[in-house]
Amino acid sequence: MLLSLMCLLASVGFASAQDLQSLLQTHEAEVIKPSRKSVGVLLDDLVASGLPQVPAFLEQWAERNVWQDDTSGLFYFGAEADDTLALRDIDTGEEATAPSDGFSQLRPNGGVRRVIGTALVQFQLSDPDPARRRAALESIARRSDASQLGPLVASLDGEDDPALRARKAQLANFLTARFGQAADERIRAIESLSSDPSLEARAVLSQILSAKTGVAEQQPEGNIARILDPMAAPLASYETLVEAGLAPGIVPHGEIRAALEAKIVDGRVGGVPLAQLDDPARRVDAYRALAEVGSVPPLVTQDDIDTALQNAVFYERYAEEDAAITDAARATLDAVETRVGWAQTLDLTLDGLSLASIYFLAAIGLAITFGQMGVINMAHGEFIMMGAYTGYVVQLVIPDYTMSLLIALPLAFAVTFGAGVAMERLVIRHLYHRPLETLLATFGISIALQQIAKNIFGTQARPLTSPEWLRGALVISDVVQISFIRIAIFVLALIFLFLLLYILKRTRLGLEVRAVTQNPGMAASMGINPDRINMMTFGLGSGIAGVAGVGIGLYAQVTSEMGTNYIVQSFMTVVVGGVGSVFGTLAGAGLIGFLQKGIEWLNPSNTLAAQTYMILFIILFIQFRPKGIVAPKGRAAAD
Amino acid sequence: MTQTHSQRSSFIGRNPSVLYFLAALGLFTALVTVMSEAVGTGLVSTSFVKTLGKTLCLCLVAIAMDVVWGYCGILSLGHFAFFGIGGYAIGMWLMYARTEIIVADSLAGQTIPPTPQEISDAIGNQIFGVVGSSDFPLIWAFADSLWIQLAFVVLIPGALALIFGWLAFRSRVNGVYLSILTQAMTLALALYLFQNDSGLRGNNGLSGLQNIPGFADSGQDMVSIVFFLASALALALGYLFFAWITDSKLGNIIQAIRDDESRVRFLGYHVESYKLFVFTITAIVAGIAGALYYPQAGIINPAEIAPIASIYLAVWVAIGGRGRLYGAVIGAAVVSLLSSWFTGGGAPSIDLGVYTIHWVDWWLVLLGLSFVLITLFAPKGIGGLFDKLVRKS
Repeated sequence: MLLSLMCLLASVGFASAQDLQSLLQTHEAEVIKPSRKSVGVLLDDLVASGLPQVPAFLEQWAERNVWQDDTSGLFYFGAEADDTLALRDIDTGEEATAPSDGFSQLRPNGGVRRVIGTALVQFQLSDPDPARRRAALESIARRSDASQLGPLVASLDGEDDPALRARKAQLANFLTARFGQAADERIRAIESLSSDPSLEARAVLSQILSAKTGVAEQQPEGNIARILDPMAAPLASYETLVEAGLAPGIVPHGEIRAALEAKIVDGRVGGVPLAQLDDPARRVDAYRALAEVGSVPPLVTQDDIDTALQNAVFYERYAEEDAAITDAARATLDAVETRVGWAQTLDLTLDGLSLASIYFLAAIGLAITFGQMGVINMAHGEFIMMGAYTGYVVQLVIPDYTMSLLIALPLAFAVTFGAGVAMERLVIRHLYHRPLETLLATFGISIALQQIAKNIFGTQARPLTSPEWLRGALVISDVVQISFIRIAIFVLALIFLFLLLYILKRTRLGLEVRAVTQNPGMAASMGINPDRINMMTFGLGSGIAGVAGVGIGLYAQVTSEMGTNYIVQSFMTVVVGGVGSVFGTLAGAGLIGFLQKGIEWLNPSNTLAAQTYMILFIILFIQFRPKGIVAPKGRAAAD
Repeated sequence: MTQTHSQRSSFIGRNPSVLYFLAALGLFTALVTVMSEAVGTGLVSTSFVKTLGKTLCLCLVAIAMDVVWGYCGILSLGHFAFFGIGGYAIGMWLMYARTEIIVADSLAGQTIPPTPQEISDAIGNQIFGVVGSSDFPLIWAFADSLWIQLAFVVLIPGALALIFGWLAFRSRVNGVYLSILTQAMTLALALYLFQNDSGLRGNNGLSGLQNIPGFADSGQDMVSIVFFLASALALALGYLFFAWITDSKLGNIIQAIRDDESRVRFLGYHVESYKLFVFTITAIVAGIAGALYYPQAGIINPAEIAPIASIYLAVWVAIGGRGRLYGAVIGAAVVSLLSSWFTGGGAPSIDLGVYTIHWVDWWLVLLGLSFVLITLFAPKGIGGLFDKLVRKS
């Protein structure tokens, strides 16, 4: 039938002596009241006729624009306006008008419209408008059918758009793999799919390999995928036996009790007094007594179940009967899945890198203040929050997203730098040699700041919107993608890494900071003012936190509590990485980021569990390296 | 002229504050009992009796915190986790036993008596239906036995503290690192309990704990006064116990560890054992306090043991005065009562013309700022003020 179809399509323009109207009249009953199952015959006839009016008619029919004259029974295209109908002849296109009450509208239902749509596809594949050709291809991709293979292959040659041609070739490959006629043709198509990493290719292979479970008393026939072990899921396997009629049904606990309740005679059931029926063994006795008499279905014991399971064969059989094809599909799918596994690893690595950069950005400010000054700043999370809210306020004032971002970054730095310096001057300066007190005092500030932010901005999350060019994602394949914001944060983290290293190693300020860290007394003797240096360092650390806040606010929610989400992680990063070294923080952030992503991948439904395990891991890690990955050496390590 | 420690007369003679405290506590307890609805005049409502009882439990855990931080120098920011575990342990029994009574009542109407398995299934359904399962998780294996669960109130916090402490102290983690690790521990525990499949009903927690199985007829006023008296007794015993420990030679060593750990180590003492002992014993006391607290609160859920709760514990002890037991009691009582007064809306709002200060919104700011001020200017807390008074007279 396909071959004949191709011949007929190739001879478009060949006008038959019959016209469409008379063809429709011979199938009048079907046209008026089509049904999804029987309309196929009508459509085949229409298509086989080769009439050029057929595609247009099918389209109009599906859109309910075909009307029938009640008196003459002829069909017309019609557009209704008020009470009149603008008619067009389906063969000649001649126009007329008539009152609409003499006509009835043809309304094919959804199922029929779908079948019409599938038939229409063949015509749409050669439609002069490329958008329609693309739409036809997508509808083939969504719902593939054997009948589409012929028309698709036929329309390949005439296709001049290279992108559409490639897509047609791909879809033709898929359809050949699934519905082709000759086995070696199908196997060739299947093997060519091994180079296609898309989800669609894998779906096609999975569909070829679709299998159904079944049960038989002896060796089953057909293309068997594998023999199943019933003991892996004994109850489910037994249910399958029951459904196949090969074994008696298990009587559930509730039914046993209901059956016993129904058969109470003189305070006894099956000879067992009621009072004894709270013992499960006595209940079984009572039920067996009833079953022997035949008033209830027999009890199925565990032994019965086991015997039945042993004696039957459980298997999975392929829908596809040719074993060569399923073997080829399986081999190809395995190869594809290995490649997909690699791609997933790459994706996971990218995610881990992104998470590590976020933790690095959040923690580096803390590492500076903690590492260089031994000061625990529990309000560090609130500095991140302040930076994010600064970004929000800037966006309220400046509507252009790119401009507001460019202003927000340095402004957030300035605001949190100022806040950090203020905190240092007012509070921390007095607490230098009492680290536990510093922790508590900064914690008091943290509570106060959170509440103030809640009072000013409210409890709802405030939006920090990214500019146009940062939305969307970099898509490498179906499996590997990463959003632009994450790439931007990664770049920001890198910038700060190099900036910090530069400041610390190459500038005068950095030299003084390092000197004060190693030995404040000696540095003071050399003319460096430790107070001023501490102030600058604290400000720098807080400023970086502010900038991190803007970055984090772009992809996470800006609330007054966002700081608490990052404070424990930041501390973990610093503690694991090792205090006093920028590279230590980098190592710590990397370890924690990758570890968290890895645990999440192993247990994707449960991110809470991932955090729990990660914290446990860190606690254990500290046992082996109490000073962190990059441990401080020398006198600085004395604390 | 000054007598040495061993020559002084008696325990009470060395520690007169213990006597004052116990007297004050006894007086307070008697007063409240007399004024309560159950036994006396009804001036004090049942819910306020519960609030006072809960405050006494918080004072007990604050004493434990004071011993581990103020006397031993270990700033543990996770001690509230042990409090919560004690609550969960007793809550499991309370919930199981009460549900058992309810289920037995509802199944009694059946014509055929229920099997033990059916009862157990029904209880499981009742308790765990809310998280979508009906099987009993492993940790509920002993939930039907009061004595075993009471033992768990002591054993589980103790075991957790022992393991965590051993791991931490053995690798000489101390100072701020240790504080951060304890925060991490309590965060990990809270996160674990939030999941539904941890077997403790996720963030629904355990509820209905104020209904004591077997005493359903007694009425909440009687139950609340009994728990109040029990909490007062526990507080008195805990105070005595810790006063005795801190006054002894063991106490001396513990305080020496706080003051200069290396020196104590060089003097030949195995510092890690002492720290581990203090950490574990205070964890156990915290667990007991929790077991008394949560039946009065009626409900426990994982949000209770969030990291911030342990930090509030440190705040109470700092404000009240570290290094002295009555300081912890004062701090816990004052701050938690003030906190519920302010956030409950009891405090009058201050009208500043352009802005009205509603204490519900601003209490935390006040708390945070006063905490900073206390740390900066009055590191000895309220207890330090007592010192000044005593010295003046």
